Amino acid sequence: MESWRDNRFVFWLLSLPGTFWISLFFIVPLSVLWIYSFGEKTGITDVAITWTGQNYGRVIEPVYLQIMWKSLWVSAVSTLICLLLAYPIAFAICFAPDRWKPILLLITILPFWINLLIRTYALLAVFRTNGYVNKAIGWLWNGIDWLFGGQHPFQPLELLYNNGSVIAGLVYVYLPFMVLPLYATVERLDKSYLEASLDLGASQLRTLLSVTVPLTMPGIVSGVILVFIPSLGAFLTPALLGGANAIMIGNVIETQFKSANDWPFGAALSFVLIYATFGILALRWAITARSKGVEF
Amino acid sequence: MSEPIVSIRNVSKKFPGGVVAVDQVSFDIGQNEFFALLGPSGCGKTTLLRMISGLEPMSGGQILIGGEDMANTPPNKRPTNMVFQSYAVFPHMTVEQNVAYGLKVTGVAADETKRRVAEALDMVKLTELAARKPDQMSGGQRQRVALARALVKRPKVLLLDEPLSALDAKLREDMRLELTRLQETVGITFIIVTHDQDEALSMASRIAVMEKGAVQQIATPAELYEHPVNRFVADFIGKVNLIDARVTSQSATAVHCEAKGLGRIDLPANKPCGATVCIATRPEKLKITRQEPQEPGLVKVQGLVRDVAYYGDTSHVVVEAADGLNLAINMQNDSRGGGAGVARGQKVWVHWLPAESIILTE
Repeated sequence: MESWRDNRFVFWLLSLPGTFWISLFFIVPLSVLWIYSFGEKTGITDVAITWTGQNYGRVIEPVYLQIMWKSLWVSAVSTLICLLLAYPIAFAICFAPDRWKPILLLITILPFWINLLIRTYALLAVFRTNGYVNKAIGWLWNGIDWLFGGQHPFQPLELLYNNGSVIAGLVYVYLPFMVLPLYATVERLDKSYLEASLDLGASQLRTLLSVTVPLTMPGIVSGVILVFIPSLGAFLTPALLGGANAIMIGNVIETQFKSANDWPFGAALSFVLIYATFGILALRWAITARSKGVEF
Repeated sequence: MSEPIVSIRNVSKKFPGGVVAVDQVSFDIGQNEFFALLGPSGCGKTTLLRMISGLEPMSGGQILIGGEDMANTPPNKRPTNMVFQSYAVFPHMTVEQNVAYGLKVTGVAADETKRRVAEALDMVKLTELAARKPDQMSGGQRQRVALARALVKRPKVLLLDEPLSALDAKLREDMRLELTRLQETVGITFIIVTHDQDEALSMASRIAVMEKGAVQQIATPAELYEHPVNRFVADFIGKVNLIDARVTSQSATAVHCEAKGLGRIDLPANKPCGATVCIATRPEKLKITRQEPQEPGLVKVQGLVRDVAYYGDTSHVVVEAADGLNLAINMQNDSRGGGAGVARGQKVWVHWLPAESIILTE
């Protein structure tokens, strides 16, 4: 294709709608928010822009740092679980017969077609005290217990409203974001690299660690970013599945904008999250630059 | 042949869906041979090579390497190494790391690894590029890495899957010579898969011609070219004039037949032929003259020059005779001026010695 330099007019014309859209609905509101983050709350709905730094000062108060730290590790654990689940899934889809691939991919992204709220409520039904998980375990437990004389009836497990349920919810919601980039990378991966490794005497495990993982690193990095960043800002999943015990930074931000009506502080929290995201993306570029030779 | 290094016994490969890629193939490959598996694409030659390496499971049969049954030996435990068609040089490792990989993963000591890697790189003349990454190298250089990486393992058998197909014509020529030189230096059995008959003829000590999953003939290059056993081999290796003929009678030393366009001809034959045969004659064995040749015993036919293609050293001439018989003749342009000395539309005589023709019964 011709370079856009050869056809400047066409380039400008074509980029006009996109530029307009991004400016009006992304850059402008974000700038407004950024300015708000240096403001002070003067009334119930009034905000004065005083260029104060005290909102950012509040962000580093222990109570918020704690929630931020928890958001980080909850997101990290969710991302890791997604990766461990999605890696074999991506390989399974790639090595499946060609006519099965579209169906398997469809199954992977099928949950996307259902509203997030409905999916999350469905998880509530699965995890609650008399939910399906407890019913299934209870049925098994009581069955085995009955064989041994029925001394220890099943006590339903508290599966909801803790960090575990939030992680489970995040993994469920974001798994496709991990599977898809991994699948794209694995699909493009020349399988003769893996055969060459085996042929040279490496075991399956050694091949996985020395050849497969490094060569699929682009997909791993993309998947990690696609899961980690939205997890970090998630508010619906922790709100419904985590309750008051497992709130994340997204819930704090939501509260500031809505019930607390403290837009400047909410804006400051949001921007700290955005800066953290930039930091992660910078890390990605650093990795990209280091592993030159592997196509990203 | 001395003790075979590779024995292939009744080996078959059926893919799910019923495609039979390799059908009951049996042959032996000797120590130090440069063996070629030659055939059109889809003939099963690559599948057979991959079964020797262990990367492709067999559907039936037995493969012995160095006298040992390989049935339960996975590819990473076999004394074979492969040079892949795509080279499969690891893009995330330097040349040196690529070559060292096979030694590192099998626990060869660091100092020995270093020495053997240096040796292997020297052998393929890549010592200067040891620190390069594959994406900074040409196709030919990447192939040398693949070769060094396989040879450093000192396999009993080196398997090469279409090693030259991704190189340009000039490089391919050089690499052919280099592969033969390398094979003589290291003294390892090479098994090469190729669809290019020139490649097989110029490099291999023996060639197995495959078609539709079966071996058609195994022979030295000269024997394959001059004594093909059937129509497929004659046609696949080099150019050939194939003329159908009906056998009228046969004596102990000759067969008399009625050939399309040639009429009654007698050809030497020492084994019984069926009712119909195919007469195969290489284009360079055919001669063109303006006048009718007078020597007795020649196969001769008059025809019209249809086409002359000039290639410098040779000219390829097509002559159309009676019954729509087209004969291809390769003429050596062994004197300057005039080229082939024949022009389109000329009436000429084509003749050859009966002994130059091969009688194919199948």
